Amino acid sequence: MDKNINITLKVWRQKGPKEKGAFETYKLNNVSQGSSFLEMLDVLNEQLVNEGKEPVAFDHDCREGICGMCSLYINGHPHGPDSAVTTCQLHMRKFDDGATITVEPWRSAGFPVIRDLMVDRYAYDKIIQAGGFVSVNTGGIPDANAIPIPKKDADLAMDAAACIGCGACAAACKNGSAMLFVSAKVSQLALLPQGKIEAARRAKAMVAKMDELGFGNCTNTRSCEAECPKEVSISNIARLNREYIAAKLQD
Amino acid sequence: MWLLNSSIGRKLIMSISGVFLILFLLFHASMNVAAVFSEEAYNAICSFLGANWYAVAATLVLAAGFLIHIIYAIWLTLLNRKARGSDRYAVNVRPKNVEWASQNMFILGLIVVGFLGLHFTQFWYKMMFAELMGHHEVALGSGMVSPQDGAAFIRYYFSNIIVVALYLVWYVALWFHLTHGFWSAIQTIGWSNGIWLKRWQAISNIFATLICLAFAFVTIFFYLKSIL
Ligand code: HEM
Ligand code: SF4
Ligand code: FES
Repeated sequence: MDKNINITLKVWRQKGPKEKGAFETYKLNNVSQGSSFLEMLDVLNEQLVNEGKEPVAFDHDCREGICGMCSLYINGHPHGPDSAVTTCQLHMRKFDDGATITVEPWRSAGFPVIRDLMVDRYAYDKIIQAGGFVSVNTGGIPDANAIPIPKKDADLAMDAAACIGCGACAAACKNGSAMLFVSAKVSQLALLPQGKIEAARRAKAMVAKMDELGFGNCTNTRSCEAECPKEVSISNIARLNREYIAAKLQD
Repeated sequence: MWLLNSSIGRKLIMSISGVFLILFLLFHASMNVAAVFSEEAYNAICSFLGANWYAVAATLVLAAGFLIHIIYAIWLTLLNRKARGSDRYAVNVRPKNVEWASQNMFILGLIVVGFLGLHFTQFWYKMMFAELMGHHEVALGSGMVSPQDGAAFIRYYFSNIIVVALYLVWYVALWFHLTHGFWSAIQTIGWSNGIWLKRWQAISNIFATLICLAFAFVTIFFYLKSIL
């Protein structure tokens, strides 16, 4: 049964990208276990505002696990200790009465802190802009069966397309590698006939952008996959490696 | 050149040099096992691999393989530390399914190189190198032996419990490096998918265990032989 709990929060506070940050400790009483982690932070912010203090800045938007805006490294896990959920889908019932919860921003050179728990994830958008699309005018919506696609491929492409670009993969990676994200975005198109045409160019352009932005070299530790809220598989990384190496050998 | 300036290219070099080193280990382990069954056969291999041009050439290729693997290991590790950034997490948890070895490949590699140094002074320096220097006899303990008498070297060093213990530590570090390294190399080349990933991981574990057991078996066998 859900009850109300008292918790201690250790939250990373940082005034700006160049300022030095530090943890602040806050006590929060009577938190409903039925609330989400973000709702709990809303309560904290209300308390801070009432005390005349600056509220904690954190990213959020849809609050239903589809937009990829929410982030937060909670007790050593991106999106918290639960598996296959985003922070907005994380419930306070995952925490016990009296718990101390440490909340940090994504820490990766590719994602500089903007303020408090908010980080700049524009790097992922830049990688998409480098080639994560199909450059044809599709016109009206075609008939669903106009292009037959094997069920297996359609499923794999859908699984890859589940990626919401949240950045947990690079945040969790000891190498600061964005490979899970890039491989999902390359796979979702490379698996389908519409995307295959530009597959080689896309893989090269997106990997080049990823490297240029300073993300690390993947050593297959699998932290990304373990922490990904959408359970994107590293078999996508194998596919990206394949696509990329084949494309380079053809040059 | 994409093998140098792209992350996947660099990883490919790491992977191919690693697989090359694994093939060498396979050869080395089989050769050692021969010593258990026949010291003459082992010595025949040793003299075949003495100061002949083909053995020296193979050694140079092998050294190049090691060098490339180590240089890329240092380079990748530095790049990755930079990509990680200077701010560390206050709380770090290793998720389930993430092998400890996978996050400590560089340290494991350093341990392997460290013991390789010891191994070189004990064996290679007194065998191939001595021969190259034109020596037909080298000092081993209190006596003199032929640099081609590999079995004598094995008997001598593996009768010392401390040397044996050090070598066993070496094999354990190697085991950890290989359990991750083998499947990681295949994944890097791209020969993996949802089904094969699990298979490659199982094969990695079996393969690393077999190689390290073979090395350990020879080491322990000669130690037991020396005290019995
Ligand atoms: C007998 C010796 C060795 C063998 C058989 C071996 C084998 C391998 C293999 C197969 C890989 C996987 C490559 C990949 O994932 O693409 C690997 C990775 C690696 N090795 Fe080695 N290695 C050896 C020695 C060393 C040494 C001496 C060092 C460094 C000081 C080292 C450091 C690394 C590092 C940092 C990685 C990257 C981690 C990764 O990509 O998974 N290794 N090694
Ligand atoms: S692969 Fe997973 S962890 Fe990475 S950005 Fe996509 S949804 Fe987030
Ligand atoms: S706020 Fe949209 S996924 Fe969490």
